[in-house]
Amino acid sequence: MTEPTKIQAELKGDAVEVRVRMAHAMETGQRKDAAGKTLPAHFIQSVTASLNGKPVLQAQLGTAISRNPYFGFRVKGARAGDKLAVTWTDNKGESRTDEATIA
Amino acid sequence: MDPLRRKLLRGVATSGLLAAAIAAGALRPSRVFAAEWNKGGFEAKDVANVLKAIDAAAATDSRDIVINAPDIAEDGAMVAIDVVSNIPGTLSIAVVVEKNPYPLAAQFDFSNGALPQIALRLKMAQTSRVIVSAKAGGKVYIARTEIKVTVGGCAG
Repeated sequence: MTEPTKIQAELKGDAVEVRVRMAHAMETGQRKDAAGKTLPAHFIQSVTASLNGKPVLQAQLGTAISRNPYFGFRVKGARAGDKLAVTWTDNKGESRTDEATIA
Repeated sequence: MDPLRRKLLRGVATSGLLAAAIAAGALRPSRVFAAEWNKGGFEAKDVANVLKAIDAAAATDSRDIVINAPDIAEDGAMVAIDVVSNIPGTLSIAVVVEKNPYPLAAQFDFSNGALPQIALRLKMAQTSRVIVSAKAGGKVYIARTEIKVTVGGCAG
């Protein structure tokens, strides 16, 4: 089960400010449980943010990104009402897409 | 049969197939590039190999890459940094934490109006230099900053 990505996209001047927070454990593969067994790595490997269907930010991630990954970025040329979608895929092949409307 | 010759022939056959697949529209080059996780870079444990994998082995130092980061981070599990490239035509940015078990943290490609800047939160195992590289106009530029970590955030 995956949980929704929180997306805030707000026009400020000539650019839209986007803040994205994905819900994911981002397990590094370095940690051990109480019994001393290594917890297998489980982390988001790729993220694509699209504006009205066109990719604006494509990220590849390793295990050094914090739990519940947060990214902030800015895109020029967006308008209020445009759609901003974020898709992530993790190393186990799980994936989800969420969308927000630019305010 | 000369084994090197065999290898070369096999290479030609494979690249020929790839070219045919691209021509047939089965693989769009831009999509292929975006979807391909930089396995070599993310699985490298050695900073020199990471820099090679992100084409930054011979990068030029630049003051036009601005890294906003704390001097001291109390919790290595969440270190907020903000990176801006003021180099015209920057298409991608990579972030490397030198002393992490796997130093490459992330690579970002910007397109369709996205500005070359990114805010993110890193896990840091210990006090380390953070390296940021930026690709612009076929060249790679680099900047570094040190972040002191009070409590590490990888194993804890």
